[in-house]
Amino acid sequence: MTCVIRVQALVKKFGDFTAVGGIDFEVNAGEIFGFLGPNGAGKSTTIKMLATLLRPTSGTAELAGFDVLAQANEVRQSIGMVFQDPSLDERLTAEENLRFHALLYNVPRAVYTERVGQLLHLVGLSERRKALVRTFSGGMKRRLEIARGLLHHPRVLFLDEPTAGLDPQTRNAIWDHVYRLRDDVGITVFMTTHYMDEAENCDRIAIIDHGLLQAVDTPAALKRLIGGDMVIVRGDNRLKDDLAVKHGVPVLDVDGELHFQVSGGAEFVPRLVGDFNGRITSIQVNQPSLDDVFLRLTGRAIREEEGTDLDRLRQGARLWMRRR
Amino acid sequence: MRALTVIYTIWLREVTTFIRERSRIVGMIGQPLLYLLIVGQGIASGMSLNRAPGGIDYLKFMYPGIIGMSVLFTSIFSAVSIIWDREFGFLKEVLVAPVPRWGIAVGKICGGATVAMSQSIILIALGPFVGVTLSAGIVLQLLVLCFLMSFAVTSLGVLIAARMHSMQGFQMLMNFLVMPLYFLSGAMFPVQSAPVWMRTLMTIDPLTFGVDALRNVVFSGTVTDSGRSLTDLARQAQLIRWELGFDVSVMALVAVVLAGLASLSFSTAE
Repeated sequence: MTCVIRVQALVKKFGDFTAVGGIDFEVNAGEIFGFLGPNGAGKSTTIKMLATLLRPTSGTAELAGFDVLAQANEVRQSIGMVFQDPSLDERLTAEENLRFHALLYNVPRAVYTERVGQLLHLVGLSERRKALVRTFSGGMKRRLEIARGLLHHPRVLFLDEPTAGLDPQTRNAIWDHVYRLRDDVGITVFMTTHYMDEAENCDRIAIIDHGLLQAVDTPAALKRLIGGDMVIVRGDNRLKDDLAVKHGVPVLDVDGELHFQVSGGAEFVPRLVGDFNGRITSIQVNQPSLDDVFLRLTGRAIREEEGTDLDRLRQGARLWMRRR
Repeated sequence: MRALTVIYTIWLREVTTFIRERSRIVGMIGQPLLYLLIVGQGIASGMSLNRAPGGIDYLKFMYPGIIGMSVLFTSIFSAVSIIWDREFGFLKEVLVAPVPRWGIAVGKICGGATVAMSQSIILIALGPFVGVTLSAGIVLQLLVLCFLMSFAVTSLGVLIAARMHSMQGFQMLMNFLVMPLYFLSGAMFPVQSAPVWMRTLMTIDPLTFGVDALRNVVFSGTVTDSGRSLTDLARQAQLIRWELGFDVSVMALVAVVLAGLASLSFSTAE
C-alpha cells in the first residue's frame, strides 16, 4: 500500500503550551483515517499543520510526497479541505462558490464545466445549483463544501469534525457520501471527530489526547485491547463476592449493577446462569466500545474543552445565523 | 500570474456580494446622509465659519468631509469583515488555496476600495443640493480620489485585522482609531481654526490630505459672484491647505506603504 501522509515527530507549541507533543503516523492511500480525541486534544492543530495553515515547531510532515514547509503550494493543491466551521460565502450561489474555488485552484474552465455538474450530482445538490447558499440547511452546506473540496481532484480530503452540530439523519447522509468517495473516487479521507460511534466507521483510527497519540489501529483491533466483553448482571446481595471467587475476575459494583470483563461474553452467559441458578435477575453483555478503549488508554472519558475566544465567536455566529 | 488570479477572484467576490447586499448599501449611505442632513444643517444654522468668504457656508465646507467619512467607514468595515470571514467564511477557504497570501490582501484591498468608491457615487450625486456645481470631469476625479483614500484605509484595516482574532477588539478599534482619524481629518472643522496641539495631530492624520484633496476637487467647478472658483476662495481662507497634487502624492504614498505592510502582515500571520 502506498502512503499519502507521513508524519514524523511533529510538534506544535504555542508559547509554553504544547498543543501537539511529537506524533508519528502514516495514512495509506484510499483509506478513511480518523483522528479521535476530545476537544482540545490537538486534532485541529494537527490538521492545520498538515494543511500548511500552521507551521510546525519541529518535526516533518509529508503529504502526497510534498513537504508541508518546503512545498506548501504543492501540498495545498493536493488536498481538499472541509473545515469545522462553515467556509462558504452565503451571499453567493452554490455554483459561484464552486467557480471561485476553481479559479483559486487553477482548474481550467472546460474542466470545471465538466466537473461541476458531476460533483453537484454526487452530493445531491444539482437542483440548487443557482440558489444562494444562505437558503441551504446545515447538511446541504456541508455537502456543498465536500463537493467544493473535491473540485480540483485532491489526493486527500480533510474533514474536520464534518458532522458536528448536524442531526443524525444528516450525519448518516454525510457518511454515505464519504464511503462513496472512497469506493468510487478512490480518495483518501482524513477526518477528525470526537464522536465515538462515528470513529467506528473509519478504516483506521488514531486516538489522540493531550497532544500525544495513544494508539493507531483499526477500530476492531483497538477494541481487542480491552480483551473481552463487558458483562453487567443484577442479582442478590452476595452475588458480587461469589462472582469474584468463582470466576476470578475483578467485579465493579455500580449502583447494584455488577460490571466485569470476560473473553467471549456470549458463550459465558449459559455458564453464568448454570452457576448461579435463580440468583440472577438480569444479564447484559456489551461488546467493548471505543469509549471503553479511550477510557482504558487515557484513564478518562472524553471531556469537554473550556471555552476559548473562538468558541465564543462560534456561538455568536450560530445565534447570528439563526436570526437571519 | 497566480497572484493576479487571486487578486481578481477576491475582488470579484467582494463586488458580487456588495451588489447582492442592498441592505448594507442603504445602511452605509444612511449614516453619512444623517450627518449631512442633521449635523450639517444643524451646525450650519447655528454658526458660521470664522473668516469664511462669501459663498462657503458650513454645509458646503462639510460636504467633502462627509464623502470622506463614508469612504472611511465603508473601508474599515470591509477590512474588519476579514476577522469574521477568516473563522466562519470564505476567507478560510482562500487561505488553504495554493495562492500567495499577499495576493489575498491586495484583492481584499482592491475590492474594498471599489465598493467604497461605488457607494460614494450616491453622496457625490447630492452635490447640487449642497450648492456646488459638478461636471463629468469633477465626478471622475472624485471617484479616483475616493478609490485612493479607500485603498489606504482598507490597507490600514487589513493590517490590523490580520492580527486580530476576535471581534472584541473591534469596538476599541472604532473608538481609538477610526473616530479620531475622522475627527482629526478636518472633515468637520478646519485645521486652521483648531488649537495648536490638535493641528499637529491633524497634520499627521493621513485622512486630512484626503479630505483636503476632496475639497480641492469638489469646489473647483463652482464659480462665485466675484468670478473666482470656490477652491480659490477656500484656499485663501485656509479652508483648503495644500495643492491637489501634494494631497494626492501624500495619499498615494500612504496607500502604497500601508498596502505593503498589510500584505506583509497578512502573509506572515498564522
